[in-house]
Amino acid sequence: MITLIWLELQKMFRKWRTYIGFIAIGFLAVVVQVALYFTGAKMIDFQMRGIEQSFVMVGNLFNGYFIARFILMALIIHIPFLIVIVGGDLLSGEATAGTYRMLLTRPASRFQVVTAKFIAGWISVLLLLVWLMFLSLIVSLLLFGSGPLLSFQGMKLVIIAQNDILWRFLCAYLFALISMSTVISISIFFSSFVQNAIGPIAATMAVIIIFIILSAIPIDFFQTIKPYLFTNHMSQWDGFFSDPVDYNDIFRSLWFLLAHIVVIYGITTYIFIKKDILS
Amino acid sequence: MNSEQVIEVRGLTKKFGSLTAVNNLDLNVYSGDVFGFLGPNGAGKSTTIRMLLSLIKPTSGEMKIFGKSITKDRKEIFSKIGAIVEKPDFYLYLSAYKNLEILGKLSGADTSKKKIMEMLELVGLEKRYKSKVKTYSHGMKQRLGLAQALLHDPELIILDEPTTGLDPQGMKEIRDLIIYLSREKGKTIFLSSHILHEVELIATRMIIISKGSAQVEGTVEELLKGEKVVVTFEVDKIEEAMRIVNESKWKEDFKSASKSEINFELTKNDIALLNKYLIEKGILVSAVVPVRSLEDYFLRITEGGTK
Repeated sequence: MITLIWLELQKMFRKWRTYIGFIAIGFLAVVVQVALYFTGAKMIDFQMRGIEQSFVMVGNLFNGYFIARFILMALIIHIPFLIVIVGGDLLSGEATAGTYRMLLTRPASRFQVVTAKFIAGWISVLLLLVWLMFLSLIVSLLLFGSGPLLSFQGMKLVIIAQNDILWRFLCAYLFALISMSTVISISIFFSSFVQNAIGPIAATMAVIIIFIILSAIPIDFFQTIKPYLFTNHMSQWDGFFSDPVDYNDIFRSLWFLLAHIVVIYGITTYIFIKKDILS
Repeated sequence: MNSEQVIEVRGLTKKFGSLTAVNNLDLNVYSGDVFGFLGPNGAGKSTTIRMLLSLIKPTSGEMKIFGKSITKDRKEIFSKIGAIVEKPDFYLYLSAYKNLEILGKLSGADTSKKKIMEMLELVGLEKRYKSKVKTYSHGMKQRLGLAQALLHDPELIILDEPTTGLDPQGMKEIRDLIIYLSREKGKTIFLSSHILHEVELIATRMIIISKGSAQVEGTVEELLKGEKVVVTFEVDKIEEAMRIVNESKWKEDFKSASKSEINFELTKNDIALLNKYLIEKGILVSAVVPVRSLEDYFLRITEGGTK
């Protein structure tokens, strides 16, 4: 199985499309950092304008942690669209190229093949988030220095001490890994039906957009189904920047997303094992 | 005939909706066979091969390879099979070398540089091993297909139209390679081809299928035994030769004549007898050219001929 996963990763990272996400995140993170470097201090002043009469803030508030969270909030919504470029191609790419005939006439079972594809997909998500973490957190800390984190939770301002921040970021990235793994799993699921990558990419994007729109419509019916839409749970990573952290909410969302991954993986595997390879 | 059965298929059927692609097919391939799998387009050859390789699930029937079930003993069976199914497709964005390395590792083959280069040399692609497969011609991909099928030294090699797209020299090389693999390496070859001459030259046993069903199965000699062949005799004195033929029992086998050729429909034994007879009567026979016997036979069996 390890060989299969390794070979899948080799195939994946020899395709240029795999690097689109890395390039896009790299570009956006750097652009945001440069923009904030020159004009970002005003943003802190703007956010503090209501309370600066009552409190005296000391220390470096416009620091790497603040920038990292800002970038995370700005980009995490768009990362799914970069992820599906890879996920949508994982199975359909083999059908397009006609390489199913080579791949599936080897000793490895279809179960192993599809499992390796899923794991390779999840690893690609992990690598993308590690890249994001490197650029947004590590580079930002190097550029802007360290300090306490100002976290605005609606009308509430939470100030998190410098020595209490790092674990929150790590947990947030781990949560984001589960969220994005759900997205890539959906794209692999769609990918198992078709012979080109466009369909799965478009279908996954459509599902995400539709679910986000439904969640935002202020009608009772949609508000009733909102807790059952996975997109509603994907933003729970931000819960780690609350004080105190509401672990109930976070774990509820976490299990919900994990259940999605398991069910989607199960259905895709079943379909793939039963499928006639006619390409 | 070898006793060990490599492929055993009983009552294999595949239906796609109302279309029956393969109908109650039985197959027997024995160790060391070069087994010709013949049939016109749409006869169900590729569907059968896809079922043998578990790319397609049969509607009903039983298949055993090396005496074992494909579903239960997949790992063991597939480590001993090398295959090309229809046209060989590869990861176009990878080099030939990398493709072989990946596919070899999936089969548990020795993927050392030496072994991969040996395989590429065998199929004449060693000079282009670094080139991405997207720059390869169809013939080169076909050769690479053979290399990937042979890399893990399989006991059974399933080849679906392996010479398609090759030039005559390439076709001959592949034929020679198949003969070499069978005779020198003792491999069992399952060869699907529409080029009847090719099968006739290299197959030891064969089956002809039509409309999803087996029409005949046996050795090439068995199948053609007693079959009459159209043979052209090139002679020097056509009028005299015709007079001699008309006055003899060979008149019954006469088909047609032209400026210097007489066509007969004869069994293989009769060809030599007629040749001897004409020479004894003072007719100089400069050539005896048989029309491909298997082609005639195939067309008759599959009802695709115009005769």
